[in-house]
Amino acid sequence: MGYGLDFGWLADATGAIARGAVTTILLIVVTTLAGTFLSILGAAGRRNGPMLLKRAIGVYVEVMRNTPFLVQLFFIFFGLPSIGIRLDPILAAMLAMTLNMAAYTIEIVGAGLDAVPRGQTEAALALGLRPRQVFIKIVLPQALKVIYPALTSQIIIMMLESAVVSQIAVRELTYEADMLQARTFRAFETYLVVTIVYLVLSMGLRRLLVSGGRRVLGAGVS
Amino acid sequence: MIEFTFWDILRNLLLAARWTVLLSLAAFVGGGVVGLVVLFFRIAKNKWSRRIASGYIALFQGTPLLMQLFLMFFGLPMLGLRIEPWTAAALGLTLFASAYLAEIWRSGVDALPRGQWDAGASLGLHYLQELRLIILPQAFSITRAPTVGFLVQLIKSTALTSIIGFEELVRTSNAINNATFEPFKVYGLVALIFFVMCFPLTQYARSLERRAAAN
Repeated sequence: MGYGLDFGWLADATGAIARGAVTTILLIVVTTLAGTFLSILGAAGRRNGPMLLKRAIGVYVEVMRNTPFLVQLFFIFFGLPSIGIRLDPILAAMLAMTLNMAAYTIEIVGAGLDAVPRGQTEAALALGLRPRQVFIKIVLPQALKVIYPALTSQIIIMMLESAVVSQIAVRELTYEADMLQARTFRAFETYLVVTIVYLVLSMGLRRLLVSGGRRVLGAGVS
Repeated sequence: MIEFTFWDILRNLLLAARWTVLLSLAAFVGGGVVGLVVLFFRIAKNKWSRRIASGYIALFQGTPLLMQLFLMFFGLPMLGLRIEPWTAAALGLTLFASAYLAEIWRSGVDALPRGQWDAGASLGLHYLQELRLIILPQAFSITRAPTVGFLVQLIKSTALTSIIGFEELVRTSNAINNATFEPFKVYGLVALIFFVMCFPLTQYARSLERRAAAN
């Protein structure tokens, strides 16, 4: 029994695939911004906060890092409504992705903060800057420069992981693929095309982040 | 309607967790074997062999695991193989693991000083003997922490096989949730079971890392 590949459906499907890809990109942009912000707060809190906060952040990081993203997503989307928190699929996806990513980037940002020599803080304080200014203007930019490559990898991993949010009916790339293959009965070809789209997205995103990072953070960032 | 007590839920979840453990082990062992082959190509002297291995690794690291599993599940039957969720899950995760493990071990090989190869050659060892006796043992030993770290990632990744219909922990929990309507409890327990499996390994990886840093 022969089975030939058939890509005849592709012409009508480009719109759906493009729409899905845009949603995937939207998800990862929101997650990157919110996740990085949250992890800066988390890493700073873990270093300078009160004891209780330090403990809480530590527990949060361990719980997120040692459970699957899919389970976190189901817990947020299906579990939270039973305690009165009801979220749209797309909001639940953004929340789950942000919380998941922050657990990894808190440690990355923390390592960056530790890598900035103490003398930098002391010099800035001696110049009369307030502690908050020292953190935002002196320590953080240097830390971000150190951790930028690790952050880039984490963003791409998160983009690939986002395929899972199709399971709570967020209309991103994988969801569109599921719909397409149900209509065309060409499952293998559909997933093959979408896999290539993901590959192009991840390579493009890496290139964009590397060149963008060079421009914003200066030379020496790989 | 059947009533589920807390213990019924927990018992069913733990029974399903056996499959999660089994799949993780199968994929880790299988991935280790295939990963070794990929590593062999990745560090070979031939330029094309290195390129093909790099491409293989980039392919698996640049696409979602879920897509890899779908392609396995829908693609293998086209080659005439009868495929069940277990086979697709085990094969998909094996290939996924092989790419990551090859890359981890490659970093270990690269970290060794050039002199190790030269010393092996001067002792009259040929290429395969050098690899087996000198290079690989050291490469494995310095990459033990990331290897254990990857095992944690692999255990978590088995959750995705529920989507192609493999009856492991997450798929069973979906079924239980549909019967009990207690998602908070069910998914909370699932998270706890995964945590119990992964946390000791995470701690072990961390202690290996500390030990490596101390040396």
